[in-house]
Amino acid sequence: MLRLDNVSKTYRVGSFGRSRLTAVRDVSFELREGEVFSLIGESGSGKSTIGRMILRLLQPTTGSITYGGADVASLHRGALKEYYRNVQGVFQDPFSSYNPIFKADRIFNMVHTEFFPEVSKDEWRHRLHDALESVSLNPEDVLHKYPHQLSGGQLQRLLIARALLLDIKYLVADEIISMLDASTRIDVLNLLADLKERGLGILFITHDLSLGNYISDTTVILRRGSIVEMGETAKVFGDPRHPYTQMLLASVPRLHAKWNGGAQTRDLPDPAEVPALIEIESGHLAAL
Amino acid sequence: MALRVEDLRVYYRTLAGDVKALDGVTFDVADGEIMGLAGESGCGKSTLAKSLIRLDGRMRHVGGKVVLDGKELPIWDDSAMNAFRFRDVSIVPQYAMSALNPIRKIGRMIHELLRARGVDARAAHQELERRLDLVGLDKGVLDLYPIELSGGMKQRVVMVISTLLDPSLLIADEITSALDVSTQRAVAETLVEFRDRGLVKSMIFVTHDIGVLYQVADTILVMYAGKLAEKAPAEEIVSNPRHPYTRLLVSSLPEVGVRYEQRQLSGIPGRPPHLLDPPTGCRFRDRCPLATARCAEEPPWVEEGGRGIACWEAKPAAAVAARVPVEAR
Repeated sequence: MLRLDNVSKTYRVGSFGRSRLTAVRDVSFELREGEVFSLIGESGSGKSTIGRMILRLLQPTTGSITYGGADVASLHRGALKEYYRNVQGVFQDPFSSYNPIFKADRIFNMVHTEFFPEVSKDEWRHRLHDALESVSLNPEDVLHKYPHQLSGGQLQRLLIARALLLDIKYLVADEIISMLDASTRIDVLNLLADLKERGLGILFITHDLSLGNYISDTTVILRRGSIVEMGETAKVFGDPRHPYTQMLLASVPRLHAKWNGGAQTRDLPDPAEVPALIEIESGHLAAL
Repeated sequence: MALRVEDLRVYYRTLAGDVKALDGVTFDVADGEIMGLAGESGCGKSTLAKSLIRLDGRMRHVGGKVVLDGKELPIWDDSAMNAFRFRDVSIVPQYAMSALNPIRKIGRMIHELLRARGVDARAAHQELERRLDLVGLDKGVLDLYPIELSGGMKQRVVMVISTLLDPSLLIADEITSALDVSTQRAVAETLVEFRDRGLVKSMIFVTHDIGVLYQVADTILVMYAGKLAEKAPAEEIVSNPRHPYTRLLVSSLPEVGVRYEQRQLSGIPGRPPHLLDPPTGCRFRDRCPLATARCAEEPPWVEEGGRGIACWEAKPAAAVAARVPVEAR
């Protein structure tokens, strides 16, 4: 289980880091295997910062992130490598996630030599083909190609396949489909849902409420670094309690209902003082 | 008729040959109409939007004409177009955030811009403040540098500038794509208000997000691989699409309320053809579930009852509705 306890992150900004910006305030939640957990928020809500802290690309200022009982921040060498075998991330821009002069198979070979030196070449090829198959890519189509020869959807799926080869338990998916076309977007989403059913825990970070709603079991709505509402997806979307969540839902462009009213609550009070989350019903909390 | 585009062809010159990004496009936009332009990336929608105001060095006008309010636009001639830009046809670019001069205060930049167009900036100032008020910005923004504004504010400033001279046609190129949902809604609704108040006569709203188009557009034009696929009122495109491409596009959209466990959506397999050497016949043929032998011939553009379509296999609207129920209602 991946667990965040009262995690906060403060960045130093401005010249010489004189001012501070709190990107994440007192966030706690648990991510379990076989669950899709959505972090939904607008820009500046701290959703990516949380993902990056889980991947240990950033250190929390206060609070702790624990995996299997061990504080992620204290992991070193072997233990850290072991952590990365279990937890991996895929990011927004597939074109900048790759080294442009490496062919796709070289990226997989690096995983082989780095993490599985004991596995034979034949066995590795087998595993590689299985992994590509499970993200519905045809190995002949994608191996031996440079990133620029592949489409955005193919590249994102290759990254997921790379993560799967490590036999990961958790995937941090940070806006992984925002840059894809509507027609390929849904295929990548279905793939995530399929992986979830096979036991993967997914932290799905997005600003798009309809995508979050489509696959997630649990939803967290973030606003300026604080959790304003969290709970089972059906409850949060079906019966939003916090005015911010209601405003977001009223702003989503739907297909069979036109916008009307409900979006004028932009002047919500600044959440400098975070109200505590209170339980509205079982499995549905809101900061009211 | 505000805008009439006839058989427009715009190619990109590359070393490998001409990329036929727009290959014979014909449509009208009526006075007061907001026309949405949809399609996957690489289908030519941005090229179409840009070609109506500025062809960049790589774009070549190969054929066809564009008539706005009875006057033909010399879109192939960059300097002759100057007489039309800003006054008759104006654009809100995709990256409005980077469309502002970073080292000029916004007020001064606007004054310089107006003077360059021979407009008395002082006389226009009052109108400028009124327009800023309309989009919910304080007139204090005129004394700020662009870096001091948020993305949504910059987007609104650019919208005010683009429409300041009441252009007949406004082109909005993917302006909501980089914005948060709440800002997206505010920006889109402001554009509709501009039209309602008559600040712009008609508008072409380009986005890949059909959800946003449904909210703001009167009609939606769907493009595929440099050609038109279907044009119909927004409601019809969403509830009763006839072209197989439109149908697949609309049915691949996840909506709030649709859950993976209850109903699995699917994408469109394959990808759009490369336009360096586009396929003959119907260009959607390779990805189309309904394709038959006849699709090797190019389908004609057929217009009837206010909607147009280019497909051999398109059934009359009623038959489609009965056979492929549009779910998610």
